[in-house]
Amino acid sequence: MPIVGKHVIDELHLLADRLQSKTILNINSTLVGGGVAEILTRMMPLMKLLGVEASWNAIRGDDRFFDITKRIHNALHGVPITINGDDMEYFLHINRTACRELDLGADIVLVHDPQPVALVEMRNVLGNKWAWRCHIDFTEPQPATIDFLISYIEKYDCAVFSAPAFAMNISIPQVLISPSIDPLSNKNKEISPGNIDAILGRFNIDKDRPIVTQISRFDYLKDPVGVIEVYRRVKRHIDCQLVLAGGGATDDPEGMKVLDEVKTAAADDQDVHVIYLPPGSDLEINALQRASSVVLQKSLKEGFGLTVAEALWKAKPVIASAVGGIPLQIAHKYSGILTHSIDGTVHYLKQLLNEPAYARRLGVNGRSHIKNNFLITRHIREYLLLFISLYEKGDVIHL
Amino acid sequence: MKEPFIFFTRFNLVRLLGLNVKDLTQMREALQTVPESSIYYHTHRSLQQRYHLSPEPTNDFAYWVANALRLKSLAEIIASVDTVSVRDLQELRRTFVKILEEYATGSCAPIECLPGEEFHFMSCTTYVLPAGYSCSTLKEMVEILKVITIDALVFHMFEARLRLGREDNDFAVWCAQIGEAKLAAELTRLDPYTYTLESLRSRIVGMMSEYA
Repeated sequence: MPIVGKHVIDELHLLADRLQSKTILNINSTLVGGGVAEILTRMMPLMKLLGVEASWNAIRGDDRFFDITKRIHNALHGVPITINGDDMEYFLHINRTACRELDLGADIVLVHDPQPVALVEMRNVLGNKWAWRCHIDFTEPQPATIDFLISYIEKYDCAVFSAPAFAMNISIPQVLISPSIDPLSNKNKEISPGNIDAILGRFNIDKDRPIVTQISRFDYLKDPVGVIEVYRRVKRHIDCQLVLAGGGATDDPEGMKVLDEVKTAAADDQDVHVIYLPPGSDLEINALQRASSVVLQKSLKEGFGLTVAEALWKAKPVIASAVGGIPLQIAHKYSGILTHSIDGTVHYLKQLLNEPAYARRLGVNGRSHIKNNFLITRHIREYLLLFISLYEKGDVIHL
Repeated sequence: MKEPFIFFTRFNLVRLLGLNVKDLTQMREALQTVPESSIYYHTHRSLQQRYHLSPEPTNDFAYWVANALRLKSLAEIIASVDTVSVRDLQELRRTFVKILEEYATGSCAPIECLPGEEFHFMSCTTYVLPAGYSCSTLKEMVEILKVITIDALVFHMFEARLRLGREDNDFAVWCAQIGEAKLAAELTRLDPYTYTLESLRSRIVGMMSEYA
């Protein structure tokens, strides 16, 4: 049964034909772990199937570099952190080393997130087109950090953001492209009840009692300890289980520290399942989401929140924070629940666990919204348009 | 000789203007300066994003006034603007500005939205491509209309008139050209803003089938 239909694929070919003579290079900071790597892993083969010569590489850094970029990441999310001049110099040193090591001579270079942002210093030398793709929440950045970043962003031909609220007052064109999920990936494809039960069994999760799940990297900004507090308050009234599952990324050195804190917070509660998943655990994530009664995403900041789209695609009721790109995915009380506090999350979680028919309705609407707006075919189409836009000017363009 | 109808499709690349407003005064000022493509985008976005669900909300301005400013009656006036009757996007812009000016004269100090609920102005660049279909008869057109993408339907019903400056929607124009004056008049009278896009497709197919 086709998901998007032949016409959507035909239209992608129409657009891809306009880019036959162009080479496109994606650069990010990790080939494994996190949403960006996940999207690129799925997108590169599809681009090639469309005849677009697209490739992907990652900037290489050491522990110090990724410690600095993690602090930049946190500062951009509003955490009060100062990054000193030595660190900024080291950040630029790694970027400039990468300029020498990487072949940046593609017609279009699409740089993802702040870690490789300074590669754009090569733009004037190479004379090619450069776009900067930001996947993170930019609503309340620390001023010094964002000013540093803007001095590089403005060297690009355009910037791409995941949500309208991230737009900035900058001198280059800005484009809105939301991320996406691939419904045919191991993380999102249909799997059998037998497979789901087997995976629940491996993690000692009781399939006969309600399961509340948050799938996320172990990161302070995902507020896993806040999720445990929500669970404890709901548990007083409803005999449920909590699953906190996620992996790490090579560009995130903070993950293990957060994981330890989460395990401490969970203490010896046998109904709290803290699961550290190695890379490639897509089927496990798929099964945990499908087995869940309710999926939470209680992020404090969120670029987009792909785990929300994943859960909604599986028609799961989702309660998520109204931050970053999440409100694009959830219309409150229609395709999920948006909350602003632990109190609110507790209130709605009890409601959804006690009213499964209402919860089901939210999930069904959510799946429909994801199907129409956040699948990878839409994402590829918008990237193709972005690449074409680097060469064409005007409001209405006949191709 | 009758010209065949050539189907086109279109895709939008959404532009972020970096212009955020938090009250009606700021919104009125912004409405006077943003590009026409922004007026078009904010009055047509929700039609497509939720095309399978409901014909509402009809435009982003009304939605924001209702939900961020909690001004339900003003929102209803903005939502009720008869987009199908305006000649072009400049007239649509003036209509919104006039509504906000009239509201301002009769109200107290402007209400501000909560932090995080600002209205973010956007616009769009539209890319138009041949959809790979053409027809010479009404019967052929009906069959193609059943299978073309929603983007193609949106192009011929909405964008052709408002963004390319054509007098009417493309289907009405072509029906008049092939001598189907009565059907053309019915297609002109059709208010496409009060349907979901799939319902609109069915309605047009139904109307044409009666004449095919």
